[in-house]
Amino acid sequence: MLEIENLHVAYGELLALQGVSLMIQPGEMVALVGPNGAGKTTLLKTIAGLLAARNGVIRWQTETISKTSPQRIVEHGIALVPEGRRLFAAMTVRENLELGAFTSRAQKEKTAQLEKIFALFPRLAERQRQRAGSLSGGEQQMLALGRALMGLPRLLLLDEPSLGLAPRVVESIMSILSELHRNGMGVLIVEQNVHAVLALAQRAYILESGRIVGGGNAQKLLDDDHVRAAYLGPLARGAV
Amino acid sequence: MILTQQLILGLLVGGLYGLAAAGLSLTFGVLRVLNVAHGELLMLGGYGTFWLFAIWKIDPFASLLAVGPAMFVLGVLLYVALFQFVVKAHEEARIKNSLLIGFGLTLVLHALAIQLWTADERSVTTAYSGAVMRLGPFAVPLLRLSSLLFAFAILAVLHLFLSRTRWGRAIRATAEDWEAAALMGIPVGKTYLLAFALGTALAGIAGGLVSISYSISPSIGMEWTLKALIVVVLAGLGSLFGSFAGGILLGLAEAMSVVFLGGPYREVVGLILFLIVLVVRPQGLFGARS
Repeated sequence: MLEIENLHVAYGELLALQGVSLMIQPGEMVALVGPNGAGKTTLLKTIAGLLAARNGVIRWQTETISKTSPQRIVEHGIALVPEGRRLFAAMTVRENLELGAFTSRAQKEKTAQLEKIFALFPRLAERQRQRAGSLSGGEQQMLALGRALMGLPRLLLLDEPSLGLAPRVVESIMSILSELHRNGMGVLIVEQNVHAVLALAQRAYILESGRIVGGGNAQKLLDDDHVRAAYLGPLARGAV
Repeated sequence: MILTQQLILGLLVGGLYGLAAAGLSLTFGVLRVLNVAHGELLMLGGYGTFWLFAIWKIDPFASLLAVGPAMFVLGVLLYVALFQFVVKAHEEARIKNSLLIGFGLTLVLHALAIQLWTADERSVTTAYSGAVMRLGPFAVPLLRLSSLLFAFAILAVLHLFLSRTRWGRAIRATAEDWEAAALMGIPVGKTYLLAFALGTALAGIAGGLVSISYSISPSIGMEWTLKALIVVVLAGLGSLFGSFAGGILLGLAEAMSVVFLGGPYREVVGLILFLIVLVVRPQGLFGARS
């Protein structure tokens, strides 16, 4: 279980998060929605240990991880798939995946896990000798996801996994996420494609200007007038 | 005739330029710090080899196997004492801070070398130092040829380390994107330490080869830093063999300038190449466009 209490994060003088509290149950899939600049990426990066909290606590299972280094957090089983994928473009698909299993915990399971990833994404198996930078956008996103899974996470943090991808590719990524979730993976997902993500997640939080301003059951939010007006737009009505 | 002979010599010295540049390129590429004391580290490695030869009569090529690891340890110490504080800064601030620390280190090491070894030029002169291989009318100094091959072998070993091993790949990942590397569970601070120590060891080995094939003095540091920097710009970051090829290119260019323009222009041609590459192909001849 991930529990965040009264989290404050700042870039210099600028407060990006001002007292965020939220909770994710084991194996739960939670969406985080909100406008650009609300602090969604900041929140994910802080959980992953890339940004330091000015105030507040992040707890994972029984431990406090707000002051823990990113590499220790990966060992604890939390993996972030960052915005823009951030692959090692000059390295091969296989090298990227193997780097995902860098921690000693993941090293032991590397061969078996690699097989699972290749079963999940057959395209990656076909292209394992290719440079990551030469893949298409969709394949790159699959590689980013596969690379994170190589670290054997129990909670996946996803930052805009559908950004810049064709609708058909988005659909296949979403279906893989829901399959992972069915197998017990916890997921916290930030997504501009609010409609798709609310249809997928169990619960959602709404983040605006660094504060949680709402949330609850994802289905109910889909029908909520404020959410519809703010994030789904007029086209959403017919899109279900 | 003279041109070919000069080109042979240029090729041979170019291999050492390449080795010196590979170390600088490794630290710059991974840590994003510019260690301007790289030439001084090279000078220390040269004196290490000289000492082992002068005091214990250890064959200079054999002593490199001790000088390399010793310089690696020195690199660890320098990183822990100085450079680990630089890499905590943001990337733009790293270069500036590393220049200050590097210039300071340059002065300290230069003064130290004068104290320990005086300002005289030294070189390792073995029984086989004068040996020459005849290729028709041309002379190939065997010692310099061995140095070139040794330099190439060292880079080949390092290449295998970087491409095949877990920590080598971690270094390459950190060079490409340290944040993404941290998200893989790679301890970025340790890969920085490792890359810096390897860069220092490369400088030391290059220095040892310089003391065998050429000569060393406490003041050669700046000249070698400059050569290495020119080659790094010429070749671009990210490839050891790119650095090696860039070094040889600089050696050949210098040789041609000696023949066509005269000896004094030797030091100028590298700087001209430096400017041309910066204008025409800023990512370097072998570097990836970013």
